[in-house]
Amino acid sequence: MKARVHIMLKNGVLDPQGEAVRHALGTLGFEGVEGVRQGKVIELDLIETDRAAAEKRVGEMCEKLLANTVIETYHVEFI
Amino acid sequence: MRAAVIVFPGSNCDRDLAVAFKAAGAEVTMVWHKDTTLPDGIDIVGLPGGFSFGDYLRCGAIAANSPICRSVIAHAERGGYVLGICNGFQILTETGLLPGTLLRNVQLKFISKTIGLQIGSTDSAFTADYCADQILQIPVAHHDGNYTADAQVMARLLGDDRIAFTYVDNPNGSDGSVAGILSQNRRILGMMPHPERAFDPQHHSADGQRLFASLMSQMAPV
Repeated sequence: MKARVHIMLKNGVLDPQGEAVRHALGTLGFEGVEGVRQGKVIELDLIETDRAAAEKRVGEMCEKLLANTVIETYHVEFI
Repeated sequence: MRAAVIVFPGSNCDRDLAVAFKAAGAEVTMVWHKDTTLPDGIDIVGLPGGFSFGDYLRCGAIAANSPICRSVIAHAERGGYVLGICNGFQILTETGLLPGTLLRNVQLKFISKTIGLQIGSTDSAFTADYCADQILQIPVAHHDGNYTADAQVMARLLGDDRIAFTYVDNPNGSDGSVAGILSQNRRILGMMPHPERAFDPQHHSADGQRLFASLMSQMAPV
């Protein structure tokens, strides 16, 4: 089973990298982009075959290491 | 004073920190990140600057979950002293021993220069020998030093006099110009500037020397 973890900065946390990308898009002539937020995607190949057990385990991984919940939110999809 | 300096793959201020501790009179042991226990009788743990684990995932995140960090957290929970400098500060926030986090500098540039650093609190073993509001010249060298915490945490830090240092001229966008903060028991200090690079007369500034001297004279028994 494969889990895909999406990690984004929480709303309200300044994202200087996203802002830099937004400026660069404007410079390239792509108008109308009001905001850019940059996150990350982490894919996990799991041995686990039970979906509920995998959800619980990946949730623990996110809380413990993959995301910093002070500033980031995460959601997990199974593919 | 017995100090342990933790060495992670990618630490690059570990030896500087050990030299600064030794110059202040401490007995120093270097401890590898894969070790699971600290040597007996350690008073203070130093988490050095650098780029532990290449800053992969988030600065300090992987170091914070390394085997030795479980012992560092236990040491802190026993009331032991911890000094985290630069990457060490990032590791301390990732362990949860200090609140908030350090984001990318607001102007996205790595900053390496000597800056004005103001004493925010003299109520700690680290800062007791400085004068209130004193301004020091201390180098910074970081890409992710933009201290961020929610409004409640900031209010608590201010209300409890836990902001040990602020920047005179905020170089990185830190909330409240915060450069260093103390734990609730005032025995854990995390700071982005590098006092260990400013303790010798041959350095550009020796203003960091007093931090180590202050520790020597002011640390209470663990």
